[in-house]
Amino acid sequence: MNYEERLQNVSVIGAAGKMGSGILLLTALEMADISLKPENKDKAFRLNAIDISPLGLKGLVQYLKVQVLKAAEKKLIQLRKLYHDRSDLVENSDIVNQYVHDVLHIVSPVTRIEAAYDSFVVFEAAKEDPAIKIELFSKINTNNPNKPWFFTNTSSIPITELDIQASLEGRIIGFHFYNPPAIQKLVEVIKAENTTEELTAFALQYAKNLKKTVVPSNDVAGFIGNGHFMRDLIFGVSEVERLSGNYPFTESVYMINKVSQDFLIRPMGIFQLIDYVGLDVCQYILSVMNSRLTGKRLHSTLLDEFVSKGIKGGQFSDGSQKDGFLKYEKGKVTGIYSPAKNEYVAIADIQSTCDERLGALPENAPAWKTILRNPKKEDVLRIFFNNLKDLNTKGAALAIAFAENTKNIGQNLVKDGVALNENDVNTVLLTGFFHAYGPINDYV
Amino acid sequence: MSKLRKKVYLVAGYNTISMGTGRKEFNPKKERAGLEQYMKEAGQATLKMIGGPDNVDECVIGNFIASRFNGQANMAAFFPFIDEGLMYKPATRVEGACATGGLALLAGVKSILAETADVVLVLGVEVQNTVKAIYGADYLAAAGWAKDRKNGHAYFFPGQFSDRAGAYYEKYGRDKTRQAFAKWFSNSIENARLCSTAQEHHNSAKDLTALGMMEPNGKSFVDHLNVFDCSKVSDGASSVAIVSEEGLKRIGIPLSEAVEIVSYGHAEADITKPPIDRTELTTFKVAAKQALDNAGITLDQVATAEVHDCFTIAGILATEALGLANPGEGPDFVLAGNTARDGKFPINTTGGLIGWGHPTGATGVHMAVTIWEQLTGKAGANQVAVPSDKPYGMSVNMGGDDKTLVAIVYKKN
Repeated sequence: MNYEERLQNVSVIGAAGKMGSGILLLTALEMADISLKPENKDKAFRLNAIDISPLGLKGLVQYLKVQVLKAAEKKLIQLRKLYHDRSDLVENSDIVNQYVHDVLHIVSPVTRIEAAYDSFVVFEAAKEDPAIKIELFSKINTNNPNKPWFFTNTSSIPITELDIQASLEGRIIGFHFYNPPAIQKLVEVIKAENTTEELTAFALQYAKNLKKTVVPSNDVAGFIGNGHFMRDLIFGVSEVERLSGNYPFTESVYMINKVSQDFLIRPMGIFQLIDYVGLDVCQYILSVMNSRLTGKRLHSTLLDEFVSKGIKGGQFSDGSQKDGFLKYEKGKVTGIYSPAKNEYVAIADIQSTCDERLGALPENAPAWKTILRNPKKEDVLRIFFNNLKDLNTKGAALAIAFAENTKNIGQNLVKDGVALNENDVNTVLLTGFFHAYGPINDYV
Repeated sequence: MSKLRKKVYLVAGYNTISMGTGRKEFNPKKERAGLEQYMKEAGQATLKMIGGPDNVDECVIGNFIASRFNGQANMAAFFPFIDEGLMYKPATRVEGACATGGLALLAGVKSILAETADVVLVLGVEVQNTVKAIYGADYLAAAGWAKDRKNGHAYFFPGQFSDRAGAYYEKYGRDKTRQAFAKWFSNSIENARLCSTAQEHHNSAKDLTALGMMEPNGKSFVDHLNVFDCSKVSDGASSVAIVSEEGLKRIGIPLSEAVEIVSYGHAEADITKPPIDRTELTTFKVAAKQALDNAGITLDQVATAEVHDCFTIAGILATEALGLANPGEGPDFVLAGNTARDGKFPINTTGGLIGWGHPTGATGVHMAVTIWEQLTGKAGANQVAVPSDKPYGMSVNMGGDDKTLVAIVYKKN
């Protein structure tokens, strides 16, 4: 069975979720483009969008329509060639509409897992819970006569563990997209001990066709991405706990979030990133990693406290941010949660005091957005960090400490055999987290 | 036809802003002015200059394709909306793709010559930012033969002129031609920066030549042109009044503020046929020659011209079609700075279609307004010298791929 034949029947589980919907979109486009080749005109292609939520699936179809339309508009020049023999399709709008129709035609939204019993490839983007994943895999594997290949989007659970417990005989691979999958370039690919070569080759071909950047990670809980992020999170939280000895909790969160964003030129501060991923998700990933790894304990009582109060972050179905450590209004951070007061304190009330305490950024500090596209990025960053080191301010000191810790985390991922090399760690942070520079650098 | 049988004047020119990407105030996500506001602004401005609607005998509106961009036809019936004083006055809508404005001017001229009117209000309008450019490309493709659409490029007209550029590269060499395109682009932007209504008025790019020289990419656009080789998607309206000697007296505008329309050339080629020669604008040449011959003048007597540079290649070909340069030497002529505002034959002094903008149905009228401004000393920062031995100005407006051509010669009074 070749690449194209294998893509004739695919299922995505958890298709209405934020990761699943992106995976579904990318797979639908890939399958549609194959199905539209002249030689495949007589073949049927089917992509099952499986999710337990009918409402979620309704939203998924809407999301797909919008996204496929955008994709069609972007590749219109190729599409005009693809539909050249269709004399009824004349205008660009005819072609775009036909393509949207053809892509959506491949997708079958269903709430029943049985749809996956005919598939050759199954993408899994279910909840980050080993028991749930294993149950799903076992069930499909037992009932599907095609000996399907499983692609799991887990960001923390060792693939070998899933393989053995679901008795998949090496027909599984870790294929970890970053959020949102349609935009982030990175895919972490993790082979289990017995993952077959054939499956690996298919996975790499699929990633290539999706124009993804592949970084291989060894099969260690958390892999490279969460291996870094979770430890960054633990450090951020510990810094807040340390600062809270001298300053109010909310001010400490504000300062560390600002330092980890503006002073380190990152797209988000560490607490905004935790909110984005979801406090409960982070808590769960930490527990998965902690129970499988030796070494420093990966646990945060602060996260536990927030989650137990029902403060979880994450996103609404329209993509807007739910409140977590921080409060959001129209995409802007407007408050910080005070566990003592059980309410959000307005940023405006503490901002100037905290900013003054941190001190100003070095002169000509680049903004994250602009530095990304700067061809002389390295020079600018070197000057920035040198200036930062020369500043005798609290903000600079906190930033240097944060950057050093981040670098240390990265180096340990290589030392501990999670990443093959330092470059892979940097690539993950650059392409999966949109950082402007890798954590392992000589700026600090 | 030689000289016009009676004197015809053009007065009271007005341009709205050419709105679209490039203007600071343009935000595609926010609601913007529509056809109605543009027509009202331009129409009322000219009416004010000519003493109000009572002085108007007839109206002409040029619009290419509001039926698709705006779902609007029957455009002539907007004149009473522009000013209720125009209620029940005769009005006509004309269309000739991107030469619509030129045809609207000719309709006005003909009413004067036919003596059915002494004062004609002529307005051109187009509002095109209502859809994304890729869908607008379909609408604009109607300027070509509908039966050619299927095999045409996604961006139909950029595709047509890219083919011309490709043919020109092959015949005369690519490097110098591309440099000339970049020069044409930078002249256009530099002129537009001085003109407050120009779409590129706010353009602050430092290295225009580098932008112009950006390598074309057929995968994302067309094979032989980059986006800077193209005019942009524009919303705008322009208006003038075309009047007889009696009309001029009626509206009370001194002769010094009017230009005379001395002659015109008007030529149509077969829309169902491909260009005779992709490396020249054959119909353009015919119309321009007609206009000059009818005026009985040579280019030496022309102080400035507006030509239809929907694409840089069209600008280069225009210099050859006008007779300013021999075939294949248009790039040299442009690279030598001759067409710049301070050159020996300034072209498109307010930026042309690439710099000022290209609200298709209004473009021919905008050309006339620019020439009127130049010949009456109203061009402000864009003013070029109009020496006494060069009292003429000229405009050449093109519809489709060298299909509908209107050339007009104007004279300073």
